[in-house]
Amino acid sequence: MDDIIKRNPLRSLVIAILIAVFLWLVFSPWPPELVARWGRKQIFLNALLGGITLGALYFLVAAGFTLIFGLMRVVNLAHGSLFLLGGYLGYEISSATGSWFIAFPVVFVVVGLLGLLMQRFIFAKMEGEELRQTLVSIGISIVLADLMLWLWGGQSYSILAPGFLTGPMELPIINSINASTGATNWLRYPAVRVWILIAAIVIGVAMWLVLNRTALGMLIRAGVDDREMLAASGVRIQLVFLAVFGFGAGLAGMAGIIGGTFQSLSPGEDTRFLLASLVVVIVGGMGSIIGAAIGALIIGVTEQMGFVYAPTYSVVFTFLIMAAVLAFRPQGLLGSRR
Amino acid sequence: MAMTDHAPRFVNRADQKLWFERIPAPWWALAVVLLFLPVVANTFWLFQIMGWTFILGMIGLSLMFLAGYGGMVSLLQMTVAGVAGYMVAILGTSGTVTVSLGLAWWIVLPAAFLVAAFFATVSGALAVRTEGIYTIMITLAIAAAFFYFTRQNYTIFNGYSGFNLVLPPQLFGVNWRDPVPFYYLSLVLAALSYGAVVYVSRSPFGLALQGVRDNPRRMAALGFNVTAHRVAAYALASIFASAGGILLVWQNAQIAPGTIGIPAAIDVLVVAVVGGMRRPLGPFIGAFIYVILQVFSPDILGFFGFSAERFKLIIGLGFLAIVLFSPDGVLGLWDRWRARRRQQDPQAGGGAA
Repeated sequence: MDDIIKRNPLRSLVIAILIAVFLWLVFSPWPPELVARWGRKQIFLNALLGGITLGALYFLVAAGFTLIFGLMRVVNLAHGSLFLLGGYLGYEISSATGSWFIAFPVVFVVVGLLGLLMQRFIFAKMEGEELRQTLVSIGISIVLADLMLWLWGGQSYSILAPGFLTGPMELPIINSINASTGATNWLRYPAVRVWILIAAIVIGVAMWLVLNRTALGMLIRAGVDDREMLAASGVRIQLVFLAVFGFGAGLAGMAGIIGGTFQSLSPGEDTRFLLASLVVVIVGGMGSIIGAAIGALIIGVTEQMGFVYAPTYSVVFTFLIMAAVLAFRPQGLLGSRR
Repeated sequence: MAMTDHAPRFVNRADQKLWFERIPAPWWALAVVLLFLPVVANTFWLFQIMGWTFILGMIGLSLMFLAGYGGMVSLLQMTVAGVAGYMVAILGTSGTVTVSLGLAWWIVLPAAFLVAAFFATVSGALAVRTEGIYTIMITLAIAAAFFYFTRQNYTIFNGYSGFNLVLPPQLFGVNWRDPVPFYYLSLVLAALSYGAVVYVSRSPFGLALQGVRDNPRRMAALGFNVTAHRVAAYALASIFASAGGILLVWQNAQIAPGTIGIPAAIDVLVVAVVGGMRRPLGPFIGAFIYVILQVFSPDILGFFGFSAERFKLIIGLGFLAIVLFSPDGVLGLWDRWRARRRQQDPQAGGGAA
């Protein structure tokens, strides 16, 4: 850290100032001039927090996508369909049993199993033929999308969150100070979003721990680097592939429940989240969990900020970020060049 | 899915015939059938089925050119077509007078081609920053971004509703949206595009592009600019896609974000893959199959007791079957069938029944 600061004093200073400005924007009450120019602080904070929670959701979807690509070189374009399927199944299960929590393990197992079957019977048969695997995954996504349209129709569904997750909660961030009474208004924010963010962080940290601290994680990282060598050293790599594919698919399914809880589920959401995963992993770098986290955060915050401050051009910002990353660092922010 | 064994056949100088003598008889038959189709076919067949086939085939052809000769599977071609179509609607006349500029056709059409070519070149330059399977992801992301952009932007693209009443100019006193003129217009443009792709594939540029597809490192070592060839391929392919896109707008008389959405982009891929991505004829065959399925699926599905909306399921399953069992499409099936016949023929002649 000290070393970096010594080598790039100017850049470090700029970054430090930016961080300080950002923290000031978030934590201190805004002066009237700033409010006059940018609108109320609450709008900014809501966009920021909305972006972070959206980023958390994107991370859950994209983490599986990037792991599957990093290890197996399979670009699974049916990943968005798995997300939507998980959401619909979660809706059915939670409305049938009345329990929001029971939907998670069931959906994880069911969608994960579907992923296992796809890997075992389709993708494993055409290993090394990347284009063909991608085309097959497109075919699967067309079929799944139409089956889901058949079963669940075109209307949108929303999953009810359990009681303690509904309603707002107060965050230790100043929203505004009442000029006449001097009383502080703390920011109130939907509790379910805060819990989703916490859950995503927990899952992300757990994934990082599994990848970096366990024997299985060692195998997966070795496979990402050089799968032929790993297979040659006697590891039954097909089992590792199955485990990763099943886990990635199951994670996408669980993300579907979360997406259905704080947004809604309808046909077309599958492509939206597929696109989000694509952009997240292009920005973050293929096969990197931390890259996916950073990419998801950037894309989520950009999308929400753009949505609030420049509604008709918000997609362009997301796209420009992707274009800039491709232009200057084609392998992604944390990707390694192969 | 290696697309390596398409080598142009060089003809010996000694037995070189005139260009029209080299065209085999089935092609002449096909040309006669297509030219005289309006005599027998009704307007529905001419306008809806054949017109749409040619349009979809041209957009698929631009994908086939990139994928088959350049090794770049781009999901961007429907978007390029959409850019050209949108330009025609924005610069020309449409029902949305607040946005459309209403310029003359001789400004609108070249401008549409130029803007689409520019868009394709810039996107292509981004897409070729990475190789192989990344191309499909980046082009898909660009296509999706453009779709969402057109849907939420009202100042330029008129948002969700898009443009309607976009009609072709009344040139030479002909209403080009009448079935027979539209049929011939799309037929001529499709034939020109087809001929252009065949010609380019045998030109030095096309051969270098195929070299880049097969071995970029060796081509770079030989002094070819690999990136420039790839970007140029995107620019060239944009012409065919733009022509298809402009015809598509004229045929539907409208364009909206739904025209260029992800399902549409994937349909173009389906058309090219089902037909076969090794030869320029493939996309047109794929487009014909697709259009026939689309138009007649209500009857077929109703016959089996399904709802007419399950058309996408048929397309998806058919696409899966093609990719799983015949990666080089229907044309690949045909080639293999012919090869097998040729192998069996001598045996049959020898009396082994």
